[in-house]
Amino acid sequence: MGIGEGLKLYWLYVKLSVRAQLQYRAAFLLAALGQFLITGIEFLGVWALFDRFGRLHRWSLPEVAVFYGLVNCTFACADALSRGFDQFGVLYIKTGHFDRLLLRPRSTILQLAGHELALRRIGRFVQGLIVLIWAASVLNVEWSFGRVSLVLFTIFGGACLFFGLIIVQATLAFWTTETLEIMNTLTYGGVESAQYPMAIYHVAFRRFFTFVVPLACVSYFPVVGVLGIADPLGSPRWFQYLAPVFGILFLSACLVLWKWGIKHYTSTGS
Amino acid sequence: MAGTMAQILVENLTKTFRVAKRRAGLWGALTGLVHRTYHDIPALAGIDFTIEASELVGYIGPNGAGKSTTVKILSGILVPSAGRCEVNGVTPWKHRLQHVQNIGVVFGQRTQLWWDLPVVESFEVLRAIYRIPAAVFQKNRTRLIELLQLQDLLDIPVRQLSLGQRMRSDLAAALLHGPRLLFLDEPTIGLDAVSKLAVREFIKMLNREDGVTVILTTHDMDDIEALCQRVMVIGRGKIVSDGSLAALRATVSHERRLIVDLVNAQEIVEEPAARIVERRGRRVELAFDPREVSPAHLISRIAAKHAIQDLFVEHPPIERIIADLYAKHGELEV
Amino acid sequence: MTRFLPYRAVISARYRMLLQYRAAAFAGLVTQCFWGAIRLMIVAAFYAASTQAQPMSLPEVVVYIWLGQAFFGMLPWNIDEEFAQKVRDGSVAYDLLRPVDLYAFWYSHTLAYRTAPTTLRAIPLGLLAILVLPRLGLAEWALGAPPSWVSGVLFGVSLVGAVALSTAITMLSHISLLWTISAAGMDRIMPAVVTVFAGMVIPLPLFPDWVQPCLRLQPFRGLVDVPFRIYSGNIPPAVALLEIISQGVWVGCLVWLGRVLLARGTRKLVIQGG
Repeated sequence: MGIGEGLKLYWLYVKLSVRAQLQYRAAFLLAALGQFLITGIEFLGVWALFDRFGRLHRWSLPEVAVFYGLVNCTFACADALSRGFDQFGVLYIKTGHFDRLLLRPRSTILQLAGHELALRRIGRFVQGLIVLIWAASVLNVEWSFGRVSLVLFTIFGGACLFFGLIIVQATLAFWTTETLEIMNTLTYGGVESAQYPMAIYHVAFRRFFTFVVPLACVSYFPVVGVLGIADPLGSPRWFQYLAPVFGILFLSACLVLWKWGIKHYTSTGS
Repeated sequence: MAGTMAQILVENLTKTFRVAKRRAGLWGALTGLVHRTYHDIPALAGIDFTIEASELVGYIGPNGAGKSTTVKILSGILVPSAGRCEVNGVTPWKHRLQHVQNIGVVFGQRTQLWWDLPVVESFEVLRAIYRIPAAVFQKNRTRLIELLQLQDLLDIPVRQLSLGQRMRSDLAAALLHGPRLLFLDEPTIGLDAVSKLAVREFIKMLNREDGVTVILTTHDMDDIEALCQRVMVIGRGKIVSDGSLAALRATVSHERRLIVDLVNAQEIVEEPAARIVERRGRRVELAFDPREVSPAHLISRIAAKHAIQDLFVEHPPIERIIADLYAKHGELEV
Repeated sequence: MTRFLPYRAVISARYRMLLQYRAAAFAGLVTQCFWGAIRLMIVAAFYAASTQAQPMSLPEVVVYIWLGQAFFGMLPWNIDEEFAQKVRDGSVAYDLLRPVDLYAFWYSHTLAYRTAPTTLRAIPLGLLAILVLPRLGLAEWALGAPPSWVSGVLFGVSLVGAVALSTAITMLSHISLLWTISAAGMDRIMPAVVTVFAGMVIPLPLFPDWVQPCLRLQPFRGLVDVPFRIYSGNIPPAVALLEIISQGVWVGCLVWLGRVLLARGTRKLVIQGG
């Protein structure tokens, strides 16, 4: 019962999901376009503010754009994988279909992750990528092996973090059968705030997003490392390169919480 | 040793649910925002039974009696409040992954198949999920397709299947991995007559020839009569009867029902050997004891006095039997 | 008054349903506060870094952000899924059999859908932003009162106009479902368009100067931008009256358009047999 076997099953789920979505090509393209627009207008806001104010303390528009682009790409990855979780209450708990998942000899996390690979999230990913590429070209970033690895590591660690948050959101559904949007503060709210460098926020806010939900570790610190600038918050370069690992650790903690949620569910029934 | 050990062992199984009280009206809803009260619902009040391998057991009772609670505990997705339970030697909720590998479950109301996928592809996903070796899968799949007549359905998406077709597909899906124990929850609900017969035949054959233990939960007494050697009756969280169906009926009452549709709805029916239970327009429902007057005799007596459009003889509904069971044991409404 | 009974019953039923989900109501409150806080910090950082005069002062933007959080559920950016389901499975035909004016009936439903969730949020959020924040020593981030009671009253009126406008726009989305059963297209583009042009991304005056004339000519500004700036006094009372009238004109046009399209759409339903 190893990871390899689990991945094999997951790959089967992915193939089925992708095929089903591409069957309705027009609907998929429209959905992706809609995603692209609704997420892209956020950058419109960023651009408009910079157009009017010129600068944000020591940060220029292209620098902020790197923060923006990277967190959007990161979140899009997690968002695409987690449809089974963020609709968990409605699709599985209310309908009683979660019982069926428990009746199968596989991990519930794996089965829920396999629910759908939401291709339309590519809309957010594409606009994030466009912004990121534009910013990198304007800033003349030298793409060394180290920098590229850091970007990929950041996306991976960040996707783990957001995936963990979405799993916590699903875990709450065991208690309330109504997906609490309080978690949206951390997922969508997290994305919104990470689009700007964490340094501009209130110190309590920064602390929360570094030590409780390590969002800064998968956005602010690594991006400072990628930009190669001195961190106004004073972190050392090695930490900036290491920080995304906290996203992975956070995910592990969230999985423990999920197991606890299942225990509650099987004690109280549906 | 394995041959003599019961496949299912249940001892003093108890389950109590805590439910929040809902208040009525707009004001109630507002106060409910601030303060909630709960009450305890006893679903199972300590039940005991054992089931040997290859039995075909009917598990019946009124709604809310505790049937689905029992099945959920036995299948491992619900943890009891107290008591002991062993299926195939393991405690279901403690060893979920191991336990569910060896059981099959079919819910009459909900399919486990993927809604948009052709049936054959659902089978493929299940193969991956249950890690069924290729040779075993081929053999099981071919056999089930033939037995359940699924050849023409394989490429149809599940959402386009009729209820009967879906149920047959669900039966196959639940058995692909070769479980020794099968739970069936309302498998014939909503099915047309032909499908019902097909499903019953299949279950009978599965139990008789393959030796699969079957636990059947249903409201359909015809299912029970056709299939079950043994019937367990649960009422208000307790097993009130455990034995054959005939024995069950005999312990309660011998009463049968005769339902007659008269040609002339105005006619008054008087029959000393029978008791009129209900009268609705041209339909008359009579209760009688077949030990005092045989069904044939009663029918001929009524036919002699009235013009009959239609008639049928039945057993009283299961709820009646349960209610009579309570009356017999002197238990009152809680 | 009994003439309005069906409409009142519909609204009351929706409110009662939502009150059941008390945890969701509380969660909504926390969510909005959080979002408000993020936007405040971002905008404050921009203002702090610059010394130029802007079309809106920071306190006016603070007001705008809080009101935006309180009332954002009112934006016509999604459609009632229950309604979409009704159209999909054909049970919308039952509505045609009811002895009520169909547009008014659906308008009441949509009105409840648009306002009930917001009412549950706006009031606690408003109280929090107005009363609690100053007590926590965060007075400059609190939602201040309007500069004069005239502004306050005009705000109330413009809010009613905004609600009517939002419902009328949502009605158009709902009515469009009678044609495009799969609700493609419009409800993918609408959210983005509405969010930008209503002023929910940033207040409209903060967009570049060269785009301001276009922004003044579109109906969505009456949803958010106009009422909030009336409240803060950024739109003075004299101008506010004109804005409210233009809100009303837009509402009238969209309601008229809605009724025309609905008549056509239902005729189509009846002819085709639904």
